[in-house]
Amino acid sequence: MTLGLEFPPISHLIVWGTGPGGVNKVAVIYMFAAFMTLLIFVVGGAKQKLVPSGLQNIAEVGVDFVRNQVVMQTMGVDGLRFLPYLTCLFFFIFFSNITEVIPFVQFPANSRMAMPMVFALITWVLYNAVGVVKQGPIHYLKNSTVPPGVPKAILPLVFIIEIVSHFLVKPFSLAVRLFANMLAGHLILVTFGVICASTWALAPSIVITPFSFLMLVAMTGFEVLVGFLQAFIFTILTAVYIGSTLHPEH
Amino acid sequence: MLRFLAETGAGELEAGLTAVGRGIVYGGAAIGPGIGIGLVVGNAIEAMARQPESAGTVRTTMFLGIAFTEALALFGFVLSFIVTG
Repeated sequence: MTLGLEFPPISHLIVWGTGPGGVNKVAVIYMFAAFMTLLIFVVGGAKQKLVPSGLQNIAEVGVDFVRNQVVMQTMGVDGLRFLPYLTCLFFFIFFSNITEVIPFVQFPANSRMAMPMVFALITWVLYNAVGVVKQGPIHYLKNSTVPPGVPKAILPLVFIIEIVSHFLVKPFSLAVRLFANMLAGHLILVTFGVICASTWALAPSIVITPFSFLMLVAMTGFEVLVGFLQAFIFTILTAVYIGSTLHPEH
Repeated sequence: MLRFLAETGAGELEAGLTAVGRGIVYGGAAIGPGIGIGLVVGNAIEAMARQPESAGTVRTTMFLGIAFTEALALFGFVLSFIVTG
């Protein structure tokens, strides 16, 4: 029996689990997230009016938010060409996180390792490609692995550490941050939900049952914030990494 | 001690020690980032109180700092699931 508590193995990237045609709950949630993102930007951008209404409002607020809070803060005007990707990324992650608190679904799709890893790999390819194109391969390697002002004696050690940090730890921590936050939030909700239901059914206690119910309500509110914040952090870190290869420190 | 070991069933000791190990892994990994996030947020609040007009920039940078600091705790969280007996 899978309780959802085990660390999902890497093979989940290839094996999609069970269901008709290999479509399981996670896949359905991702389809929902993709559909919602498409809906906002295709329908909201179809008939552009001077005074926006309905979906166009949401699309404009979203683009404005990512432009002012993410791109302009980290990359400047040069980074505006990444605005469409970052906006889509933000909305897609947000919608696949927010299913955590939607009744009867109650599962954040990003608490499976597969898709956060794919997002992180896209980011990895993007910032490396930008670095190679903007600075040239040799310069890019030198700029990203040899910090200025390091004594020659410890340079080999620093070089190895910077290579590991730049090419391995960055994408890995990006994926793990999203995945672990959503998994931890889901586990907290599950824990309080199970305590609440089982004490109610087996032995209602005047202390534990109301306490766990109140914690469940409070944590559900907190998880809305976490879902938004993780989408924001993933987007802004992607922008920071691209920005660091777009404008290298001299 | 030996009598106690003889009385435990096959695999029981391993399961128990695995649970203890998971607790130690996560608990140990949470100490440093806990202090770190406290420092980050504390200093960010101080900066916001000194210069309220720069609160927006400080808040964005604060979230970035939290995200980088928190990563270590999350590695420990994930590692505690990987640890098996």
